[in-house]
Order: sequence, then structure tokens, then C-alpha cells
Amino acid sequence: MANQSTSLPASAVLPPPRELERVPLILNQRPLGWLSNAIAGIAEGKTPKWWWALFIPSVLLAGVMFSLIFYLMTTGVGVWGLQIPVAWAWDITNFVFWIGIGHAGTLISAILFLLRQKWRTSINRAAEAMTIFAVMCAGIYPLIHIGRIWLGWWLLPLPNANSVWPQFRSPLLWDVFAVSTYFTVSLLFWYMGLIPDLATMRDRAKTRIRKFAYGLFAMGWCGSNRHWRNYEKAYLLLAGLSTPLVLSVHSIVSFDFAVSQLPGWHTTIFPPYFVAGAIFSGFGMVLTLMLPLRTICKLEDVITVRHVELMCKVILGTGSIVGYAYGMEFFIAWYSGNPYERFVFINNRAADPFILSKVFGVKPAPYWWAYWSMISCNVISPQLFWFKWCRTKIWFVFIVTIFVNIGMWFERFVIIVTSLHRDYLTSSWAYFSPTWVDIWTFIGSFGLFMSLFLLFMRFLPVIALAEVKGVTPQADPHHPLGGAQAH
Amino acid sequence: MAELNTDYTVKLGLLAEYATPGELMRAAEKFRDAGYRRWDVYTPFPVHGMDQAMGLGNSKVGWFTFLGGLTGYTSGMIMIWWMNAFDYPLAVGGKPLFSPIYSFPVAYECTILLGAFGSLFGMFIMNRLPKFYNPLFKMERFARSTDDTFFLFVESADPKFSDADTKKLLEGTGSKRIEEVRD
Repeated sequence: MANQSTSLPASAVLPPPRELERVPLILNQRPLGWLSNAIAGIAEGKTPKWWWALFIPSVLLAGVMFSLIFYLMTTGVGVWGLQIPVAWAWDITNFVFWIGIGHAGTLISAILFLLRQKWRTSINRAAEAMTIFAVMCAGIYPLIHIGRIWLGWWLLPLPNANSVWPQFRSPLLWDVFAVSTYFTVSLLFWYMGLIPDLATMRDRAKTRIRKFAYGLFAMGWCGSNRHWRNYEKAYLLLAGLSTPLVLSVHSIVSFDFAVSQLPGWHTTIFPPYFVAGAIFSGFGMVLTLMLPLRTICKLEDVITVRHVELMCKVILGTGSIVGYAYGMEFFIAWYSGNPYERFVFINNRAADPFILSKVFGVKPAPYWWAYWSMISCNVISPQLFWFKWCRTKIWFVFIVTIFVNIGMWFERFVIIVTSLHRDYLTSSWAYFSPTWVDIWTFIGSFGLFMSLFLLFMRFLPVIALAEVKGVTPQADPHHPLGGAQAH
Repeated sequence: MAELNTDYTVKLGLLAEYATPGELMRAAEKFRDAGYRRWDVYTPFPVHGMDQAMGLGNSKVGWFTFLGGLTGYTSGMIMIWWMNAFDYPLAVGGKPLFSPIYSFPVAYECTILLGAFGSLFGMFIMNRLPKFYNPLFKMERFARSTDDTFFLFVESADPKFSDADTKKLLEGTGSKRIEEVRD
């Protein structure tokens, strides 16, 4: 804390040969004490004005959402634009949208940990927090879409007055277990990662209340190596458990659709395609949050352009998988020879009024605009990341991530609504339009998400301090800066 | 006239401070080789290679994870069989009352859930945490162990501990500062 120097002597290390040179993970050779001050300092001191300027509108929006949920509970699901055959629309779209966003956090914290990607340490804490808050937003929708919300506990294996247990052959029930496990395990993983940093916050605290609060959750952590040994093992095991978990959760979400027999849903490509899409959308949201955060909190030395570039590459990779899945879905719809399957893809989704409807000689699809918004945002926009300029210009990356977020929302809307809105008989065709309640409940969920994220920024270290320190050269006992002896 | 002794604290051991993990690791190697048992090092982040330098074996947290996962899988499967095939047989769509296939997703999630609890609580149990009282927290400079400074603490309860020899050993490791810890 008392360490006033902001940079270590540059001559301490010989540079590696030119061809092996890499941009360091922490720029400007920041000392360990600088990292503590820069990162823990964000959650200390007087609350800045920009924080209130963002927090108050977010809380108000969250209030709008809860008021509308109250309206829904007291009136019924008719306040949304639902009607038969479209009995699922924005509710489940928003559910899948939010839960997909959550996947980036676990990918960064678990899969990149197992793959020894050290750059993850600068972003994993905020991404995990984002996961938890996104899953909270997601969890609200299935609960409120059931209509009689007060019977929501029937989803759980609890004894009720009818003595009937939940029906475990339904993928909807698998989803209950998958999402609640995902939330719980993400929370445990996040909390365990926080323990050493909470101890740092405790040791830096100036007031008794802060010392008590951080001290309580730090569990008396003292940085002992006998503790670190068990801690690291537990962290590795949690990463190993979270990896199959994150892959299973979105697979099970996709089973909600794939296990049914509706054309447009009944397809085996869904699990991998949903998982890739989830990671794609999650990284989009991580960047949307991290790019302003690194500027506002002056963390450019910790979340460097190299980090941004690497995340853009993940977006490019997963975005290409998603594009491939769209193409393959379309191909199989044609190749299967199933007229219903073809009808969903051409007549309900892709046939735009300008080209495809004329090529295929069909009427324009009612939702062609949603389908083509999805394609342009998800397939075309990430391809820009082949170019280094696009990956390294921060404002440009930010704009693309907004497109990714929009595109992934449309993907779920297209899958859910266009498959449902035309049943087998033309008498059961309808066009879904959202009501103001649909729209404001969704906007309100962003308010809830942002409120929680801002609270997290205000009270907890936004970057995993102990982990970031661990990837600096001065943390390496075999590096001259880490105190290694010359031989 | 002898002065009245008002110091009721007892000596707990010696706390040595280091600026870099490299120095600390060499100090740890010396203490390991000297055969000390009741000592520990304190670092702001896990230092790679420190377990070997201290002569520590593999952590046992994995057993807790394994037991948690095993409990999760079996209890998940038994729960589904009991609920849907035994206590209230529920015939749906001509599907079997119980099958390990349809039960797998839920049992799998239960495995991961309890495995994760096993890992976290295993870590707490093996570390004897929470432990809110720690005499080291009373040392003013020890607060920097979570910031940027490295410490080595030898308990006077160690059978090899002797005021003179241990202090000499610590001085030989190049520690910047050696303090006595009392409680």
C-alpha cells in the first residue's frame, strides 16, 4: 500500500529475442502494490458521480420490470402478446438470451483456466459476475411465463397436496435442474475466487464496518501456502466441474426445443449450435461491459488491447461456428425432403420480399426481417475480426459487440416465434406482435442486470487481484524480477 | 525490587519478511531441509513451486469432490426412480417408468452440483476455515501479506525451534525484517 513507485526498473530483465517477443499481460511492468491500489481502489473511496448517474436509471428500470411482473401476476399472461399458436415468445427468447450471455463467464473462468490461458485473469472476475447476474435475469422468465406463478414450486421435487412428483421425462424439468445448478456452481466458483481478494479488501479497509464486512466473507483468509495448496486444488476441481456444466446447460436449454417434434426445433444440431452461440453472445456482452469499464476505471494496463484482441478472436471463431450451423440447418431442411421442415426455413424465415421470395416463387416470410437481422449481425459482423485493425480499435470492437448482442437476441426470437407462428393448419396461423408489457419487461431486465453489475463494481474488486498478480514476472520466483538468483 | 510482570502474552514464534517470492522460496527450502514442521509461508498469490519448496504433498480436497459427485449421481438417480416409478408411477407417452437415459441429465447436474459443494467445503475443511481470529493479524506489517509482501512464520512450538538457532537461520535467508509474534 505504501509502495509509491509506479514502475519497476526497466533494466532488471533482458528482453527476449525479437522473434519470441510478446506483449506482456500487464503493461508498463506495474509492481504488485500498484495493482492492489489500482484495482482495490475502485471499490474504495467516495462514490463517483458517474456511478450514481448510471445506477439510478438502472434501478428505476429494474423497478419497471418488477412492477410489470406484478401486473402480469395479477392479470395473467394475456398482458403479453401471446396467443395460440405462439404461446412462447419474448419470455423464452429473453430467457435463452440471458442464459446464453452467462456462458462466457464460465468459459473464461473454467475452460480457459484448464487450457492455461493466462490472459483470462484480467477478465474472469467481471465475466463471472456478469454470468451470475445474467442467470438471475434469465431465471425470472421461465418462472413468470408459467402463468400461475404461485405454483412455481411444483417445478421442484417437493411433496405437494396432490402427491404427484415432477415429471422427469420432460426436458423442461431437466432445464430447471440445469439452470439452478449452473447458478449455484457459478456463484460458488465466483465466491471462492473472491476469498483472497476479500482478504485484501479487509486488510486495506479503513473503517470498522468495512473491515467487519469484508473480514466476514474472507473467512479469515491469511494467504498461507498450506491454504493456497488446497485452494488451488479446489479451484482446479471447480474448473473441471464447470467445464462439463457449461456445455451441458445450454445443451439442455436446446433440448427444450430439440426434443419436441416441431419443425424448426426438432433438430440434432441444436446442442453444439446453442453452446457456440452462447459463448459468442457471452463474449459479446463481456466486451460490451469491459470496454467502458477499462476506460472509466483506468485499467488499460491490466485489460490491454491484447486482451481485447484475443476476445475478438473467440467471437470470430464462435461466430463462424454459428454461421456454419445456420447454413447446415438450412441445408438439412432441404436435404431431408421434409416439406414441413422446408416450409419453416423458406416460407417462414428466409424468404425476403426482394430476392429469395422471387427465387423460390413463394410469398415473403412474415418474419424475414428478423431472420436477416440475425444473419447480418451474427454471421457477417464477426467476420470483420479477421482484420487486425478491426480487432484493435476499441470503439469499433464496441460497435460490433452491440451487433452481436442484438443478433443473438434475434436468433432466439427467430427459433422460437417463426417455428411456432404457423401451425400445420392455416386456420392456426398467427402473427406475433409484442405488447408494451413485453418490451418494458425486457428493457427492465437490463436495468436489473446493470444495477447488480454496478453494485459489484462499487463493492468488490472487478479484477481477480491475486490471479493477476500471479501472472506478472515479479510473481515468478524463477524470474529476476521475482527474486531469482543469477546462476 | 522485581518489577511486576504485566505481560500475559506468550511467545508464538518468529515472523520474517521478504520482498520477492524468489527469496521466500529459497528460505522455505532451507526450513524444509532443516527439518522444521510447524511453519508456513504467506503470499499474496499462490507461488508456483512453493509446495515442493515446503515439502508438501498433494492436496486431499479431491476426495471431498469425489464423494460429493458420487452422492449427487446416486441420489439423483434414486430420487427420479423413487418419484416417477415407485412412489407415484406416472405413465407418460408410453415411455418407461424409469430409464437411466432420461434420468441422466438431472443426475448429471446433481453430480456437478454436489461435487462443487464438495470442492468448496473440502477446501474450507482442509484449511480449517473460517478462522476469524489469527494472532498474525495483530502484526501491523502482516496486512501487506495480501498486498505485495511475502512472509515466513516459524512457530516456537516446533520441536526444532530455538531462539538463537532459528533466528540465525532466518537471518541467513536474507530476510529484511524479523519480528517476534506474541499472543
